[in-house]
Amino acid sequence: MLKRQYIPLWVTIGLFLLIFIVGSFRYTGFFSMQVLLNLLIDNAFLLIAAVGMTFVIVSGGIDLSVGSMIALTTMVSASLLQQGWPPMIVILLVLIIGVLFGTAMGAIIHYFNIQPFIVTLAGMFLARGLCYVISINTITIDNAFYTSVAQTKIKLPGGSFISISVLIALAVVAMGIYLAHYTKFGRNTYAVGGSEPSSMLMGLPVARTKMMVFGFSGFCSALAGIVFTFYMLSGYGLHANGMELDVIAAVVIGGTLLTGGVGYVVGTFFGVLIQGVIQTIISFEGTLSSWWTRIVIGVLLLLFILLQRLLGERRLTGRSSG
Amino acid sequence: MMKHRLFWPLMVLVVLLLFNLIYSPDFFSIKMRDGHLYGSLIDILNFGSPLILVAIGMTLVIATGGIDLSVGSVVAITGAMACLSISRANDQNGLVAVLGAVGIALVLSAALGLWNGFLVARIGIQPIIATLILMVAGRGIAQLITNGQIITVLSPKYQYIGAGSLLTLPFSIFIVAAMFVIASLLTRKTALGLFIEAVGCKPTASRLAGVRSRTVMLAVYMFCGLCAGIAGLLLSSNVSSADGNNAGLWYELDAILAVVIGGTSLTGGRFYLAGTLVGALIIQTLTTTIYMVGVPPEITLVVKALVVLAVCLVQSEKFRGLLRGRPKAGPLQTANPEVKRHA
Repeated sequence: MLKRQYIPLWVTIGLFLLIFIVGSFRYTGFFSMQVLLNLLIDNAFLLIAAVGMTFVIVSGGIDLSVGSMIALTTMVSASLLQQGWPPMIVILLVLIIGVLFGTAMGAIIHYFNIQPFIVTLAGMFLARGLCYVISINTITIDNAFYTSVAQTKIKLPGGSFISISVLIALAVVAMGIYLAHYTKFGRNTYAVGGSEPSSMLMGLPVARTKMMVFGFSGFCSALAGIVFTFYMLSGYGLHANGMELDVIAAVVIGGTLLTGGVGYVVGTFFGVLIQGVIQTIISFEGTLSSWWTRIVIGVLLLLFILLQRLLGERRLTGRSSG
Repeated sequence: MMKHRLFWPLMVLVVLLLFNLIYSPDFFSIKMRDGHLYGSLIDILNFGSPLILVAIGMTLVIATGGIDLSVGSVVAITGAMACLSISRANDQNGLVAVLGAVGIALVLSAALGLWNGFLVARIGIQPIIATLILMVAGRGIAQLITNGQIITVLSPKYQYIGAGSLLTLPFSIFIVAAMFVIASLLTRKTALGLFIEAVGCKPTASRLAGVRSRTVMLAVYMFCGLCAGIAGLLLSSNVSSADGNNAGLWYELDAILAVVIGGTSLTGGRFYLAGTLVGALIIQTLTTTIYMVGVPPEITLVVKALVVLAVCLVQSEKFRGLLRGRPKAGPLQTANPEVKRHA
């Protein structure tokens, strides 16, 4: 028996399977393990950023700084590696920058009571601007560690392979599921997103939770930036331009409500895969131009929101919907 | 006086202008050349006009407790549509062709606004997501119209809209002034403004009080789309071309910023058109200042981020209280369920 709260999740998963099956019948060579795995390889950074965004949106906020944070990470990593810093220290440093950046935004949002939209917008400008302060040009990375990570293929039985980035992304998804459903932090996040005043009255640590949520999102963005660096092997201020939109779209398609309080990391996982499979189909089709991706994602967003609205309305009958 | 809602935004603008005066005394000089007025102040008004237009529409949307993320895409779509229909015409400079193109573009932009309004008012989707749909899909549609190319048109009559001048001033300033006056009169001299604020405070309550909240919302989103459409015409006619990919990029963010700087809260219920005007001028002055001072354009964004943060902090009651050394207001005093809904 399906629980009503899981219906958007099942629809997301079903839709992914449906698109994949339709693609398999339409195009030769589409139905293979490698095409499926390539979805993960090409969208690992999107997946990691989307897990962080899921927490932010569940807590009732929004984080527009994700794309810029990824760009800043690629830029900082590239310039420090160029100066001969050891890779491990660089990775540690950018992760710390990400956490601090996110936590600072969360603190401003909570303590000064300014909308997340505006604060993270400022964060977006700041991070993107700092990229250009470092350099306006592309910095390529020829560090041995980075290139070897980028080129390592982990062979799977059946001749297919994945990259190290995929392992990182899957680990983040697993961590996200654990954090959301098996820790106090996760419970608090859902509570704050459900109703902030109520959580405050219940004595939950609202301030700490909000800062931690944005800190976690900053961490995920920085980690996504590292994976993106592996993917591109360069730092550039225009990297990941507008990616926050893709990330938010993936989270919404995954069934998370932008009002906060409702959402699943697993849904986000399939939301990212759906975006990936649409891009794959468009590249297989060949005659379709890239802008169809955006239109299709827009239509999907609409469908999912209408579905949620339909389900939500039934659940809310009898209550004021304001 | 410090309590007046326009005090802080105007202070920021004055400080920016004073800084310019000290930095370059020529800043305020306006020269007459070939029957046109030239000068930095005119430039600020001229280049800022599309942003002011979009921000006017955005103010009313935000006043109803909504937000319109799709304005940038609407700017791109209308510019693309107008340029496409002119480029298809036999005589690109024909009055009929130009007027027809402008008409089609404006109707299209109003229709797009109506679509947003339909999703928000009829279907009941949260504004931020409802308009996110058009924001994502809109840029695709714009590229579909231009077929991924940049459409260039050769039409002095069309170019007049964004680059012509009337009575020695750029024509675009007159368009903006007209729209501003229309919006102000409609909202402050009729009950419409009150209705908008009522809907922004509490849609259900205002409906029970006899305000047609759905119709008000539909009208407001349509007006916002129309404003974005006019801005799209200004931008594309100024350069006589349409770029589906880059036209109006990040306009939604600048417009929302202008509204917030102007003192209109994102939670809705109150709006200040004059404040929005000042907010948009602050953003444009800031951009001009940054270029004038010779700050490398690369770090424009950093400066912008810091200014945004400073303006928001200055407007935050808690921050001002902190500066004055007052005990901090407890978060519960300001937190109410309505705030969260739009956050």
